[in-house]
Amino acid sequence: MSSQDAQSLSPAAVPIRLTINGTERRLQVEPWTTLLDLLREQEGLTGSKKGCDHGQCGACTVLIDGKRANSCLVLAVVKDGAEITTIEGLGQPGNLHPMQEAFIEHDAFQCGYCTPGQICSAVALVQEGRAHTREEIREYMSGNICRCGAYTNIVDAIEDVLGQSSTLREAAE
Amino acid sequence: MKRFDYVRANDVGEAVAALAASPAARIIAGGTNLVDLMKYDVETPERVIDINRLPLNTIEATESGGLKIGALVSNADLAYDSRIAERYPLLSSALLAGASPQLRNLATTGGNLLQRTRCYYFYDTGTPCNKREPGSGCPAIEGVNRIHAILGTSDQCIATHPSDMCVAMAALDAKVHVIGPGGERTIAFEDFHRLPGDMPEKDTNLQPGDLITAVELPAEDFTAHHSYLKLRDRQSYAFALVSVAAALKIEDGRITQARLALGGVAHKPWRDTEAEAMLKNSTPGVASFSAAAAKVLETARGYGENSFKIDLARRAIVRTLKQAADGTPQSQTDKRIR
Amino acid sequence: MADTATLIGRPSIGQPTRRVDGPLKVSGGARYAGEYFADDLLHGYVVSGSIAKGRILSIDTSAAMAIPGVVEVFTHENRPRTAWFDSKYQDQVAPPGSPFRPLYGDGILYSGQPIALVVAESFEAARDAAALVKATYAPEEHITDLDAVKGQSYVPPKKRSGIAPPPEPRGDAEAAFAKAPVKVHETYRVAVEHHNPMEPFATTVVRDAGGKLTIYDKTQGSQNAQAYVTGVFGLNQSDVTVVNAFVGGAFGIGLRPQHQLFLAVMAAQALERSVRVVLTRDQMFTLSYRPETIQTLSLGSAPGGKLDAIMHHAVAGTSHFEDYQEVVVNWAGLLYGCDNVKLSYELAKIDTYTPSDMRAPGATLGVFALESAMDELAYAAGVDPLQLRLTNYADFDQNEDKKFTSKALISCYEQGAERFGWSKRSAEPRSMRDGHELVGWGMATGVWEAKINKTAARASLTETGHLEVSSATSDIGTGTYTVMALTGADAFGLPIEHVTARLGDSSLPTAPVEGGSWAAASTSSAVVDACDKLKQALFKQAQSMPDSPFGNVDFDGVAFRDGRMMLAADEGSSVKLGEIVRSARQHRMEAEGSAAPDSATQKEYVSYTHSAIFVEVKVDEELGVVRVTRIVNAVAAGKILNPKAARSQILGGVVMAMGAALEEETFADHNLGRFMNHNFAEYHVPVNADVQDIDVIFVEEPDDKTSPIGAKGIGEIGIVGTTAAIANAVYHATGKRIRDLPITIDKILA
Repeated sequence: MSSQDAQSLSPAAVPIRLTINGTERRLQVEPWTTLLDLLREQEGLTGSKKGCDHGQCGACTVLIDGKRANSCLVLAVVKDGAEITTIEGLGQPGNLHPMQEAFIEHDAFQCGYCTPGQICSAVALVQEGRAHTREEIREYMSGNICRCGAYTNIVDAIEDVLGQSSTLREAAE
Repeated sequence: MKRFDYVRANDVGEAVAALAASPAARIIAGGTNLVDLMKYDVETPERVIDINRLPLNTIEATESGGLKIGALVSNADLAYDSRIAERYPLLSSALLAGASPQLRNLATTGGNLLQRTRCYYFYDTGTPCNKREPGSGCPAIEGVNRIHAILGTSDQCIATHPSDMCVAMAALDAKVHVIGPGGERTIAFEDFHRLPGDMPEKDTNLQPGDLITAVELPAEDFTAHHSYLKLRDRQSYAFALVSVAAALKIEDGRITQARLALGGVAHKPWRDTEAEAMLKNSTPGVASFSAAAAKVLETARGYGENSFKIDLARRAIVRTLKQAADGTPQSQTDKRIR
Repeated sequence: MADTATLIGRPSIGQPTRRVDGPLKVSGGARYAGEYFADDLLHGYVVSGSIAKGRILSIDTSAAMAIPGVVEVFTHENRPRTAWFDSKYQDQVAPPGSPFRPLYGDGILYSGQPIALVVAESFEAARDAAALVKATYAPEEHITDLDAVKGQSYVPPKKRSGIAPPPEPRGDAEAAFAKAPVKVHETYRVAVEHHNPMEPFATTVVRDAGGKLTIYDKTQGSQNAQAYVTGVFGLNQSDVTVVNAFVGGAFGIGLRPQHQLFLAVMAAQALERSVRVVLTRDQMFTLSYRPETIQTLSLGSAPGGKLDAIMHHAVAGTSHFEDYQEVVVNWAGLLYGCDNVKLSYELAKIDTYTPSDMRAPGATLGVFALESAMDELAYAAGVDPLQLRLTNYADFDQNEDKKFTSKALISCYEQGAERFGWSKRSAEPRSMRDGHELVGWGMATGVWEAKINKTAARASLTETGHLEVSSATSDIGTGTYTVMALTGADAFGLPIEHVTARLGDSSLPTAPVEGGSWAAASTSSAVVDACDKLKQALFKQAQSMPDSPFGNVDFDGVAFRDGRMMLAADEGSSVKLGEIVRSARQHRMEAEGSAAPDSATQKEYVSYTHSAIFVEVKVDEELGVVRVTRIVNAVAAGKILNPKAARSQILGGVVMAMGAALEEETFADHNLGRFMNHNFAEYHVPVNADVQDIDVIFVEEPDDKTSPIGAKGIGEIGIVGTTAAIANAVYHATGKRIRDLPITIDKILA
């Protein structure tokens, strides 16, 4: 791809290792390349979206070492050695993650552009275990803007998955 | 974004040496503000020093009974640390009032101290700004200044400091640990950030080559009577128009200790020790709270669009002190103001 | 299995249905305009100007060209030749005037105008080089403040196509107002708002070896963009395909081609390479916006609130080069019965880019003013705000003296009020309280036009019995894919999984831009027609099959279900649809259909969607913080094709109204002539924490005249009136009437 050609020309490129959706990747990155641009332009993982490029919308949210983060504000070189999970790694049609299923069932999106970030954020929210009420879900999902205004459906979807996981927990006990 | 050299420091010594070699370099930790500003070409460092490998990500007890927070501890880890949540809930609350969960995972304690203003003009290289380009002028003074400062301004700059964390740290009387070319030293929180004066380009009193290593919280905590109230243009994920950190000790119906700091109103977290002194030994109530608020805002000045902040700050101080006194600190998830 | 059979047989239209594009959207597989690649792809980055008016004296591109990987920097000095005539730049929805031409000359018409395009081998090289392009200017005096020019307002000399000017006055509104015992006369304003879809504007031009272009563009109309490109660049229609399979929100800003489309095509043609140009979020604020509009509303009524005079005057800002127009004041003569009405709409020119349609253009502004004034009139007359609406209910359109095709607004009022509990409201402002918070209940009416536009569709059945329905319409998050698939499934009695919907491609059957709430009704009506024609073709073919069971029946004697054609009278006699196709020795059979407004109906009838919105706010009395705690929006919009997606459309409109009512405002520095809060941190749109309970009701509203399928459209109605209902609730809570949106803390405390 063209950006890789450019890179091979760049004396500034730094070798890094990232595990992206379970696959180890050894990459040459210029220090001014963000993780988001690396994912989208070099890795072709365009599921992570660029909505503002400044940490103001959450569309670029991915999981870095299991924690949600705005990939647009992360220089890729700084995350050498990290594990990255993007929306593509959560699940694909035919084998969707329960949160992806819940988003479809609750119509928790319209245009779909903020959706990968919302879902990555929601998956992290469940793992963090700090949201127990709709109020808390709303606050802990406020880093993901949805201009189509699907918020109430997003909360429904997350509540649904939270309910499933607590049911599972109860069943295991 | 300006092209830069990338240097990865493996220990504090390396970082200090790298900084000493190029004092105009920028340190990158979480990057949430630096990368943001570099993309806007507001920050244009020649060299960026990555300190993420440094062992500065722990929270440790100090001999004097306080806590020492490593500069690389993330805002999320700090807010949810059980010692912080139990002993310094004001700080937890302020942290959780800021940014978003994903930003708090990235942003660090040291970086938060060095957050730069949200002034529209500072961010827009198509306009003049004395902070970004000294001597170019300050269009905010007669321009769009809804979010600007009402205290401690100068005719050069009316920008505000945007941090929530720092407001709580100012109220808690924290200290900043720094290592620089001359060795280690601590800076009282009050002295860390500056007012703009005639050098608005300087946000802090750090010297060239300084590296923040930790923030220390003193032993004295305020677990019973505290509150952080943040007022903004939407319910979450927005910078403060006005925020107030209040911490009190109340014994036998009298205030024996008071801490009061404001965010969103000045070039630095605005702590007012005179107002605190007025509160001390008073009876908690609207009368003493209003008097303290009046004291804080004695020198306040509005610039048009932001003039409402004077009244808003007065009201917010009274309310936050009441929340603190009543032991009903503001929740950051329940948006009803207590 | 019995369940499956009944499921297959059931009608699909009207059932809540998951989006057919859902799996792609939730897994990152849906590709948007800036997400297509080519081996020879170059990246373009726009350089925006910093002055509001004047001339570029010089542009120094040398430092930018020195960045490794930079291929070219285009400015007005080296721009390749493009079309000369204005008409070539005028797209389908352009207002009268001279459309802006990127890099056309040294003139600067507005702050943020594109002055250069840097093209490089990588995104980063283009981005980083763009910062090094340095321009010097000869600034001229500018005016961006509408208040400074509102005295020079004018009636637009040339009307914008499709936008009804205010109707002629009826009765004598001035005289009636002068003697009315109850009066309201106030000025209302709404701040400048920017659309801010989540996806930034982007165009990827993929150029094949023969020079043919496939253009992935963020647009609400692939054929509108295609016509613009062929006109401006002198290309053949057959050499240009525009694709907008997924559009990351638009809300009107994607109706007209934006400058990144021009720049990307220009660069691709000049460099003979594929090129992608993506705007930054900040640059999104250099595009169109909802115009600032100053409105004066005068209402006069009898003591009980019966309206006797309505006067509504609006002055809206527009650019110096185009007269953007929208319907702001006509609603005041439509929504309520009144014999003395005077409506006027004027423009005033400022040095900004041309404003544009933004969700429910005009109505969002005009109905805010009207419904705020109606609330004021209710208090002035001492009647309940809901009762006031009922007292003045309009049974026909007095503006045009025509009947409504249907109007179930009374049901909206009744069902909305019931669900909300309106009858428990205490009339006095500041009379309801919950701790520190004052509680306010407000209501308003919403209205938006309902229509279909001429649209074509194709239905095509494969030899395996799979149905494909297609049209060059767009799905900007509205659910068009799903509605098309549902319509096809319904027509053939197929499960929706056996139907594929295709849209967002200029080579598909002709469709207008996706806007105005007409897409679902128009496209699905066209799909019905295409399916009807295809079914007839299949029937004909089936009759010619050996041993055909259909030899002795006519078309009305067959049914389509479960992938088969069968005798209606004997369902056991059936043939698989795929077999019919195979019998024609073809891989697929197809037919085109269309839908268009019926001019006979239009002579007699008008059609509108309506809504009644009920809002609860809680306002902290000391601190002025407003929380919207409850909204009920009851909508009458004809047949609801997919209640699941339709509900989401209303939710979205309501949330955008919450933004407009309480948060959204683009601040202009009039000294610099520049919008200043051009990012998502300082231009506040609602976040999740802002939004609590929203209850959507669709009332029954049979309508056989608006569209063949019975639908009216629901994209805009959710926002209309909702801003007023919020403002009215704030008044009820606080006793403060705030007539300029957004209602921020400072205005509550003032």
